Amino acid sequence: MTIIKHRLFWPSVILVALLVVNMFTANQFITVRDGHLFGVLPDILRGSAPLLLVALGMTLVIATGGIDLSVGAVMAISGAVACLLIKDLGNQNAVGSVLLIMAVAIGASLLLGLWNGTLVAVVGIQPIIATLILMVAGRGVAQLVTDGQIINVQSSPYAAIATGHFLSVPIAFLIAIAAVVLTVLLTRRTALGLLLESVGGSPTASRLAGIRARRITIMVYVVSGGLAGLAGLIYSANIKSADSISAGNLIELDAILAVVIGGTALIGGRFSIAGTVIGAILIQALQVTVVAVGVPSKATLLFKAVIVVALCLSQSTTFRQKVFGRFKSRPAVTAEVPA
Amino acid sequence: MTTIDATPATNKTPSPTNPRRRVYLPNTKYIPILATLTLLLIMYFTGVANYENFGQPSVVVNLFRDNAVLIVVAVGMTFVIITGGIDLSVGAVISMTTTLTATLLQAGWPPLVVLPAVLLLGSLLGMGMGAVIHYFKVEPFIATLAGLFLARGIALFINQSSIPIRDKLWKAMSEYRIVLADGVVTKITSVTAVVVVLIAAAVLAWTRFGRNVYAIGGNADSALLMGLPVGRTKIAVYTLSGFCAALGGVLFSINSTSGWALQGQGLELDAIAACVIGGVLLTGGSGYVFGSLLGVMVYGLIQTIITFQGDLNAAWTRIIVGLLLFGFIVLQRVVTRRAR
Repeated sequence: MTIIKHRLFWPSVILVALLVVNMFTANQFITVRDGHLFGVLPDILRGSAPLLLVALGMTLVIATGGIDLSVGAVMAISGAVACLLIKDLGNQNAVGSVLLIMAVAIGASLLLGLWNGTLVAVVGIQPIIATLILMVAGRGVAQLVTDGQIINVQSSPYAAIATGHFLSVPIAFLIAIAAVVLTVLLTRRTALGLLLESVGGSPTASRLAGIRARRITIMVYVVSGGLAGLAGLIYSANIKSADSISAGNLIELDAILAVVIGGTALIGGRFSIAGTVIGAILIQALQVTVVAVGVPSKATLLFKAVIVVALCLSQSTTFRQKVFGRFKSRPAVTAEVPA
Repeated sequence: MTTIDATPATNKTPSPTNPRRRVYLPNTKYIPILATLTLLLIMYFTGVANYENFGQPSVVVNLFRDNAVLIVVAVGMTFVIITGGIDLSVGAVISMTTTLTATLLQAGWPPLVVLPAVLLLGSLLGMGMGAVIHYFKVEPFIATLAGLFLARGIALFINQSSIPIRDKLWKAMSEYRIVLADGVVTKITSVTAVVVVLIAAAVLAWTRFGRNVYAIGGNADSALLMGLPVGRTKIAVYTLSGFCAALGGVLFSINSTSGWALQGQGLELDAIAACVIGGVLLTGGSGYVFGSLLGVMVYGLIQTIITFQGDLNAAWTRIIVGLLLFGFIVLQRVVTRRAR
């Protein structure tokens, strides 16, 4: 019975259920074609990469008790910068130059993250408002970079980060998993994770305990910016163009949803990267399933809403107790959770 | 963080009896709102100095007309945020309301049935979210995010395209002009918004319900131990926010005489930002309805300045809005920090 009580049990069940549905409805769930993995499952994994990267950064930000609304705008800027520079290349297929340009775009995203972090940690603005500024202005910057146009590029190395395969696994998913593994190593094999949770629990107490709370706060926003930039590259590489309006539109809500589905509390102080991974893949699987099952496009959002409501309720211990009739001793008054 | 007394605004500023006190210091709990007011006035007079016709009274009156929806929504949001919650569903509730209103009116329902029906639906959705938040201990952010998907999902399910409203009452309300002074006219929507602000401010400041809202935001556990109806108040607050959002949707449909499922996208963030600019703390327990009104005015004034500037494209408009917002928040931060 203990496994049912695990906070990731219900999200995992829903994820598996969605995959099973896909197994029956899709033509090919997973096969090898031309030496690549092909089918719905690799498609879901590949498509989940941008959301996974954004949600990963978001997890760290939320662990410190903050929130980053600007990720969508950062995605748009990073894609716009990359496409603008690649378009001006003499040879768009030069791997070295493309890599350099991608580094420049991610560097720009890191700077944007630094801006967010400074506003939150140094100026002391509430995170939701501090990042709202970049969310509003950032999309304007992206539009300025692309001059309001959609920039198309014909660069095969650039497209490869979204659609290519390495050892028959989608490169986009490999990038996302590499970022996840690196983050897990850095946070769980060093003291960093503990420090993050400590700052999330109480910045003041952490500072008094000798933790450089301000530096850690800035750092998570920088990381979140960088990961959003990487996600923006994958997004724009996937469509081989920079679209400053729709790139990363509303992804902040999906990312926050993924983080919360994964059991990270929005008040900060604890986080689960495994949970975020499940959450992000779940959301992507949901989007793919909606199309696969043939839900009419006008009901897509309604379908998603029903699943999200079910997920929220399934994660609430109180709800499970009330529904499954497990009235044991009433729990003591627990602290209310301010958002 | 500014430390602000969580009690409602009933007690007046103590008179400066201390002879050593040389300068007048306002009660600390009013500092954020006074800072916003001062900065708003500075922004207004900068506009007056720089643009022709900016000083005309119609500019101020039109602020209420153009932002009536946001004002009403921000009022509901203020209550929610003061309890320490958040309501992300408001923009979607607006879209649901406008779509439903337009569809029902097109189907020939009498307008006096449609109006209460959509307001009731918005309130019920808010009540549902409040119940989920209170009884099942789901975080407000997530419960209302689900509400966002649900409401917009319903709106898109009803109709994905814009629906015109040809109802006589709606047309009449949309075209009715109230003359305030010579050359200064306003619409029903702005009057509604002002009335909502006044009622809400009175409720928050002078009623038992308002006091409970502050108490829960200050510390929900203490409120519970004091015997205050925490659950009822919380659910009521989300119901109120749902009602305000539905009313905002009705105002939207009156303004535009149409309903559209993509209406009000991102409006929830505008409303939250307006509350925060107006000095409502996201941690709960502190803030005033008039503060949120000032916050909306800041937003509206930024838009007005951009309109008067005139030569900005979409990209620059976004950037300038962001920059002005940034400047405003940093200044407010500096002012409130000094004042402590």
